[in-house]
Amino acid sequence: MAEGVVKYINGPVIRADKMDKFKMREMVTVGPKRLIGEVISLDGQIGTIQIYEETTGLKVGDKVESTGMPLSVKLGPGIVGNIFDGIQRPLNYIFNKSGGYISEGIGLASIDLNKEWEVEIIIKNGDEVESGMFFGKVKETPLVNHYLMVPNGIRGKVIDLKPRGMYNMEETLLKIDDGKEIHEIKMYQEWPVRSPRPVNKRMPIEKPLVTGQRVVDTFFPIAKGGTAAIPGGFGTGKTMTQHQLAKWSDADIIVYIGCGERGNEMTEVLEDFPKLVDPKSNLPLMNRTILIANTSNMPVAAREASIYTGITIAEYFRDMGYHVAVMADSTSRWAEALREISGRLEEMPAEEGYPAYLPSRLAEFYERAGYVDTLSKKEGSVTIIGAVSPAGGDFSEPVTQNTKRFVSAFLGLDKKLAYARHYPAINWLSSYSGYLATLDGWYRENVDEDMMKLRGEMLKILQEESKLLEIVKLVGEDVLPDEQRLILEIAKVIKIGYLQQNAYHKEDTYVPLDKQNRMLKVINELYINSREAVKLGVPISKLRGSEVFKDVIKMKYSIPNEYKDEFKDLEEKINDYFISLKKAYEG
Amino acid sequence: MIKEYLELQKIEGPLIVLSGVENASYDEIVEIKCGEQIKHGKVVQIYEDKAVVQVFENTAGLSVKDISVKFTGKPLEISLSKEIMGRVFNGIGEPIDDGGDIYSKIKRDVNGRPINPVARKYPRDYIQTGISAIDFLTTLIRGQKLPVFSGNGLPHNNLAAQIVKQAKISSSQNSDFAIVFAAMGVKHDDAHYFLRIFEESGVLDRVVMFLNLADDPVVERIITPRCALTAAEYLAFEENMHILVVMTDMTSYCEALREISSAREEVPGRKGYPGYLYSDLASLYERAGMMEGASGSITQIPILTMPNDDITHPIPDLTGYITEGQIVLNRDIYQRNIYPPINILPSLSRLMKDGIGEGYTREDHPDIANQMFSCYSKVQEVIALAQVIGEDELSDIDKKYLEFGREFEYRFLNQGFDENRDIEETLNLAWEVLSILPQGELDRIAPEMLKKYYRG
Repeated sequence: MAEGVVKYINGPVIRADKMDKFKMREMVTVGPKRLIGEVISLDGQIGTIQIYEETTGLKVGDKVESTGMPLSVKLGPGIVGNIFDGIQRPLNYIFNKSGGYISEGIGLASIDLNKEWEVEIIIKNGDEVESGMFFGKVKETPLVNHYLMVPNGIRGKVIDLKPRGMYNMEETLLKIDDGKEIHEIKMYQEWPVRSPRPVNKRMPIEKPLVTGQRVVDTFFPIAKGGTAAIPGGFGTGKTMTQHQLAKWSDADIIVYIGCGERGNEMTEVLEDFPKLVDPKSNLPLMNRTILIANTSNMPVAAREASIYTGITIAEYFRDMGYHVAVMADSTSRWAEALREISGRLEEMPAEEGYPAYLPSRLAEFYERAGYVDTLSKKEGSVTIIGAVSPAGGDFSEPVTQNTKRFVSAFLGLDKKLAYARHYPAINWLSSYSGYLATLDGWYRENVDEDMMKLRGEMLKILQEESKLLEIVKLVGEDVLPDEQRLILEIAKVIKIGYLQQNAYHKEDTYVPLDKQNRMLKVINELYINSREAVKLGVPISKLRGSEVFKDVIKMKYSIPNEYKDEFKDLEEKINDYFISLKKAYEG
Repeated sequence: MIKEYLELQKIEGPLIVLSGVENASYDEIVEIKCGEQIKHGKVVQIYEDKAVVQVFENTAGLSVKDISVKFTGKPLEISLSKEIMGRVFNGIGEPIDDGGDIYSKIKRDVNGRPINPVARKYPRDYIQTGISAIDFLTTLIRGQKLPVFSGNGLPHNNLAAQIVKQAKISSSQNSDFAIVFAAMGVKHDDAHYFLRIFEESGVLDRVVMFLNLADDPVVERIITPRCALTAAEYLAFEENMHILVVMTDMTSYCEALREISSAREEVPGRKGYPGYLYSDLASLYERAGMMEGASGSITQIPILTMPNDDITHPIPDLTGYITEGQIVLNRDIYQRNIYPPINILPSLSRLMKDGIGEGYTREDHPDIANQMFSCYSKVQEVIALAQVIGEDELSDIDKKYLEFGREFEYRFLNQGFDENRDIEETLNLAWEVLSILPQGELDRIAPEMLKKYYRG
């Protein structure tokens, strides 16, 4: 085994001599505590290593030992419902080993290899198999069937197949004879985190990731297999929005990466998710959730790795034919980790001290999303939703700008809306979704022919409102003609009654698409009727104070998600009101 | 055997460089003897046989010869026992009152270690500060880190002192609390002010003070909050006490960090602050919280002065990304003679959602707090409009908003330094002020609540 000698120590970056036998991106252990690190550059005998643990106490002359493999994760049953650190060590394992505080020198650990799982074998001896094919099934949680797959690069004839039964992870379940060599296949496989897992082919995106959040689903939809960014200064509700998406989106598996964020937020997820119930299956959401936590005070190099660990796990479940959503909170902390390490390497900085390779790293990350045909000929997808924390809330900084280049949906959070406690504080003027055209067909077929048309109408009203507000700022609202004041009133209805959504309200926290569509229709109905009424000379103050306006604003609370006739009743009420109103004014 | 080195290669600002060093380990503490003086430093970089040491005290008086440097082989540790309460220490944890040294077997590394997220308990109990704006709109929760963003000349010290004086925990275990006070680069009179307040409110024997004053060595400032938080962790998680940590002024701390970073010729990030400022601040702020297996808690109130009152400056900006909310003081409001001059719109407490409402404060709290934010934000729009068209031209409803804004500031926000309002009083006052507006404007309050509490 190759061995190097430490020469230089600067925080998480060390340099070592006699490193010529090491490989780039190889995982190594350093010093008597066997800290875990990764080789990030090689120059003759000198190798640079980034260390995933605290380097306190490390000395010049300490040994660097090779492990012979790149930074990898173990993929097998035991991942779902678990919480890991940035290099896939279970936090519960660390807790049992070192108590409440995380200490260095824990060593490598991953999913529990001693645990026994009931394996159902779904192939026969003598079958010809190839990479990615399923050979067994494990019920990992009540929500997730974990399919065991033939590891990449292996194909051949199945021999020595074990029967259905309880096995631990280290037992050989079958052997595959490829004519030259016999491969032993276990329940888990390893995969280097920095390489994307192979697929049969990429497929076009055509389904939305339904989130139950009105402003997202109706106005700025995210597609399954697509990418989205949620930028916002502190206090604008990035994490809240991410949590809402993690809770309610219709993905099969959620990978939540807490990258450089608050410890209490991870604890909140750990306490909340087991209590929250999935609307489809009535089982706790934790049964489909995987958490990766590198809180802001955990070692910075592991923060850089955490994103890759998360996405690799996501791809693994995608290969089983699942729709996986990855929430990365926050990609800015990951970019800052890159910057910090780059600074310690004394690389030439580009914009704001970030390394010049920031855009290419961001692109590599977001491009691992996609809707694919897997090696086992199933449809699966990875959707990436990354939070961005721009310095000073200024979207012109490099991370936000470069992220914008590689994502298709952009949900910009707005400080002003957050100050007025308008949540989710997604700004409808600066946000966009590139998936509108691709998803149009789906919405027509599965929700309503008119939904996207109505969306356009509503957005137009909001646009117009923002223009009118500029005038109002100068001269006051009273001088506007009534048609324009009506725009302001309807915009208010849309903002309060539709865009604002209460994450703490039992019904409002998640709203199915069908109800969203009905709500849009009601608002449109109200708008068309009021416009006619205004033309007839009904004063705006009369409309504004009317019962129907209030009812429409409150419908998000008063009409349940499993509504019966409530929408019909409301629409009738609106019609009746306006018919009698018109009669009175037509005289 | 511990070797002594008798020669330095270089002295540059707070850094010294030694060569020919054997066996030095990263982050260990060194003892530097120069004549009668003993100074301390820590290893910040090692390159082959060279070690770069950051000296905590002033390097004035050091020379490259005539010196003796010893590597201790240990990171910086402080001795801890319950005896530290009522004592005063300097910035690196050495006693500076007349009480003598702390003798204890318990020694802790001041750098601490990250708390495992699975070992944390999510904070839920609210702390009543007796200050309406805080209790009602940015409720402080036990185990939270809630900084005060202030500016030079604003009464942040008074606010912190008032919180310390009045803080009352909702549940019964009020007796087992203590205050840890870390002063970084504060003026002598400010330190004295806090001392007097602690004395007046009779908590002096429950305060642990770590003082690095404005004329104390800059590098020491990097260690001060770490010593304080180590003491806090010990008291909270080993002695099961509820600890309120007041750290002031974080801006001086960050500036010290920048000074050292530039002496080390590191690549600067925004405004010359080092790229690792975020991680470094996080290593302090994240030491707040509650842990499984211990009944104590650490609540942090860091105070920082925003340079030029700019909230987008890297120090408040990065702090806001780590802490669980912020209380923002505002100069305009202060100049209108309102104390505490809290600007509620950018102020926020992220943990309040789980610690207020029925069973904690009162059922109507979440709704009316939300309503208050939304109405006060409307007031700002109306004021802007009034500046253009004049107050007389405003519509009737806008005039109501102006009246509400004034009443809110002068009756609700404004309160005396010695005025301690309990939560019931605060909530009733909130309703009184909100009831200036017609019921139709209160669109965030559930109809039952309006019926029960609205007084228009």
